[in-house]
This record gives sequence, structure tokens and C-alpha cells, in this order.
Amino acid sequence: MLNPQLNRHGELTHLITTEGLSRQILTHILDTANTFVPLAQRDVKKVPLLRGKSVFNLFFENSTRTRTTFEIAATRLSADVFNLNISASSASKGETLLDTIANLAAMQADIFVVRHEASGAPFLIARHVAPHIHVINAGDGRHAHPTQALLDMYTIRHFKKDFTNLRVAVVGDILHSRVARSNIHALTTLGVPEVRAIAPLTLLPSGLEQMGVRVFSDMREGLKDVDVIIMLRLQNERMRGALLPSAHEYFKHYGLTQEKLVLAKPDVIVMHPGPMNRGVEIDSAVADGPHAVILDQVNFGIAVRMAVMSIVAGASA
Amino acid sequence: MTSKQPSHQPSHQPDLPTGEQLYETLLAGVHALIAPLERQSVHLVGIHSGGAWLAQRLHQDLGLSGSCGLLDISLYRDDFDRIGLHTQVMPTQIDFPVASQHLIVVDDVLYTGRTIRAAMNELFDHGRPASIKLVVLIDRGGRQLPIDADFAALTINLTKKDNFVLQKTETGAFTLHLEYGNA
Repeated sequence: MLNPQLNRHGELTHLITTEGLSRQILTHILDTANTFVPLAQRDVKKVPLLRGKSVFNLFFENSTRTRTTFEIAATRLSADVFNLNISASSASKGETLLDTIANLAAMQADIFVVRHEASGAPFLIARHVAPHIHVINAGDGRHAHPTQALLDMYTIRHFKKDFTNLRVAVVGDILHSRVARSNIHALTTLGVPEVRAIAPLTLLPSGLEQMGVRVFSDMREGLKDVDVIIMLRLQNERMRGALLPSAHEYFKHYGLTQEKLVLAKPDVIVMHPGPMNRGVEIDSAVADGPHAVILDQVNFGIAVRMAVMSIVAGASA
Repeated sequence: MTSKQPSHQPSHQPDLPTGEQLYETLLAGVHALIAPLERQSVHLVGIHSGGAWLAQRLHQDLGLSGSCGLLDISLYRDDFDRIGLHTQVMPTQIDFPVASQHLIVVDDVLYTGRTIRAAMNELFDHGRPASIKLVVLIDRGGRQLPIDADFAALTINLTKKDNFVLQKTETGAFTLHLEYGNA
């Protein structure tokens, strides 16, 4: 099947999902990010690679952090960045998504960074833009969050060097998590032999076993001897539904505490995509402890987003 | 700036010096070039990949202190729009303050001058050097920018279709091949 993210030369021209991307493409992105990491230490933190290009940040759903890291990434590549808070403008006046995009394309956009509450919105945009325009998914519904997954992969590779001897546990609301989905695809493609999903049964999607994932509803059992723990944010709105009893109850069974952390390997790293709910999915002692690499993730996230923008912008039309 | 003009030898000249012979010439040339400079303020900067090999060996043979700089100019190229970012980019490593230092940029082959333009732009993003000099193993002519080497171990006119390829053996010795393109 033709991957809609690749052009006819097999180059990455949009980044919509980690699903279906080859190990070679994922590794190329991580290697390219490697060259951008040291930039943060320089006096001049910019390179002229995307000079003259226009990057439009289209956030139909709020996210200050992700939008800011994309903005920093584009700015460090010398692109011109335009932030559009769509939820407060055209969409509320009744304009369709594709009309909004057509208007922005007419303003000579080169890259659209799209976050949307509807799964599939970035894909729809990618299918309708001209070949010289590139779309990067910054999170769509429950579907995918590929740059978060890639920065997680970068962080894991940075600390663990090799994917092929790791046990990685993803913990929390996997059912509603685009981060979990994108991470599982990327981990599997990069050759992680054991991916575990740890969650209450009400927050586990069906079909995980078919993706090669080992499922645990007992957190203590699931954390045994893992090298990497990826915690997920528990979205407060889930608490109001029938899926969970209470935040206190959730923390008791699925919150990451020091006492549970000792079950993992002694050199385990703890990751979290942010924003964290301290005392709900993670204890402060762990979040601020020596195993946490959460702030490294934020730093690497800029380099990874620079890599993705550089690679798609360089794909031939 | 060298006043040497590229000689008009045919590109298929059979008796080229070897890579090692050229390296010895380069070493002597760089030695003379840095002699008047204050040694502590001299830093070599090699351009990936051939220039990086040369710079690392020169750094050692000249007994310079600190580490030598390595430059990947992929992020400063002027043809990104045409060729994109396909090849593997190597991290640039400049572990010394560039400001007020004398930098010797090292590359294997000087051709259009565009690589050197990109290298200088990148260096200025690290600081304002006191001076930049350029040394190369081979000046093959064909410049498209007003850039010249301060020292070239060999100057030779090469047609557009031919290429010099510098390689490093397992023992660290340099070998040089002339690849003939199809006419």
C-alpha cells in the first residue's frame, strides 16, 4: 500500500503518524535530530536551513507547550512562523477546515503544523494541499502524536543506546492516548523486543496483543525488570465518566511511586509527555527523582521537531 | 591568498602524487602558515568528511593543544531547496571559543567555493574569529565564488565530470583516486 506520508521518491513529505514508517526513516529523523541538539549550547542558536519558508502553526485544540516547541524549532531553522489560534477565529465563524487551509496556502505557506481534536484531520489536509506544502501532525484526536513519539524514541536512544535489548512499559490511559499509540508503533518498528501496556482494563483498547504488546492490569507485575517507563497523563475528564473511581484510587493502583519504581531495573528511566498530574499518575518524589528524564524530553523535543521540519521541507515536490 | 593559477594539465594525468605525499606537502604548508601566529590561538577546523580526517591528523602532527573543530555544513548549504536533507548529517563539534581565535579551515578538495562559503557562515555563528585561513589538499579549479585557498598541496584543473576521492585506510593512511566521469 502506498504510504500517504511519502512522495513518489519514497521521501517523507508529511509526518502524520509513526505507523507504517520504516526503521530507516525513523532512524534518519533521530540521527538528524542529533545534529540539532548541540545548537542549544551555541551563542547563535539558529541555522539558515529554512530561511524564507513560512511555517503555520494551526492549533484547533489548545496546547501551549507543543505549539511553543514547534515555534522554537521553526525559528531556530530561520523559518517565519505564524501562530493561528483557529478555535477562536474562522472555525467558529463556520468556515470549513479545507477552506481555511486553502486560504492559508494562498498566503504562501510551506509547512502546516496541525493539532486537531478530530482524528484524521491532518491526513485530510495532507491529501488536499499542493505537493510543495508539507503537513506535520502535532496531535490528532485519539489517533497519533508522531513528534512526541519520536522525541520519546530520541530520549530512549540517548540514554539506552540500543533499542533491541529493551523492555519498555507504557502506563496509564492507553485507550484515549495518541501518544501511546504512536509510541507503540515506533518502539515496535525500531526493534524493541518487549513493549508492555499497563492500565486498568477500562482504559485498555482491544487489539493490543495483535500489535505485539504484553498487557498488564497489575502495575507491580508489569514494571518488573523494565528499562524504560513511559507514563501517560490521566485526563481529568476521564475521571468524571464511569471509567475510573477517583484520582486517589487511581494513584493507589497506577500511580508511579518510589516503592513501585524499585521493581524496575536499577537504571530505569522514567518519561512523561507532560503536563504531569502530580499525585495522580506520578508521585513528586519520582518526577523529581534521579530516574526522571522528563526535562531532557522537552529539550530533545525541539531538536526532533527541527529534524522533522528539515526533512519534510527538503523532500522534492 | 595564493597567487598560483590552476595549471593546465590534462585530467587523466597518470602520475599524480599519492595521498600520503600530498599530505606531507600540506603539513609543511600549514606549518609555515601558522608559524607567525600565536600558537595558543590557532585552531584547525576540518570539514566533514575528508577535511575532518586531514584536520585531525594535522592537529596531532603539529602538536596543537585542545581539540580540533569538525564542521558539517549541511545546515548551511545553498542548494537545500534542490537536494533536501538526504545524506547523513554529522554533528558539528567546535569545543573551543571561536571569538578572537585564528581558524585554519581544512578541506580535501576545493572546487566551486560554495562549501567554504557555508563553512564561514557557520563559523561566524559560533563567534567572531580573529582570522580564517583556508588550506586544502587539492585545488581543482572551477570556482563560482571569489574564494581562494591560502595553501593548496596540489593545484590542477579538472573537468566537471571528473572527481578526486580521498579515502582513509584502516591504518590511517590517505589514498587518493581520480574518478573519471562519463563524457
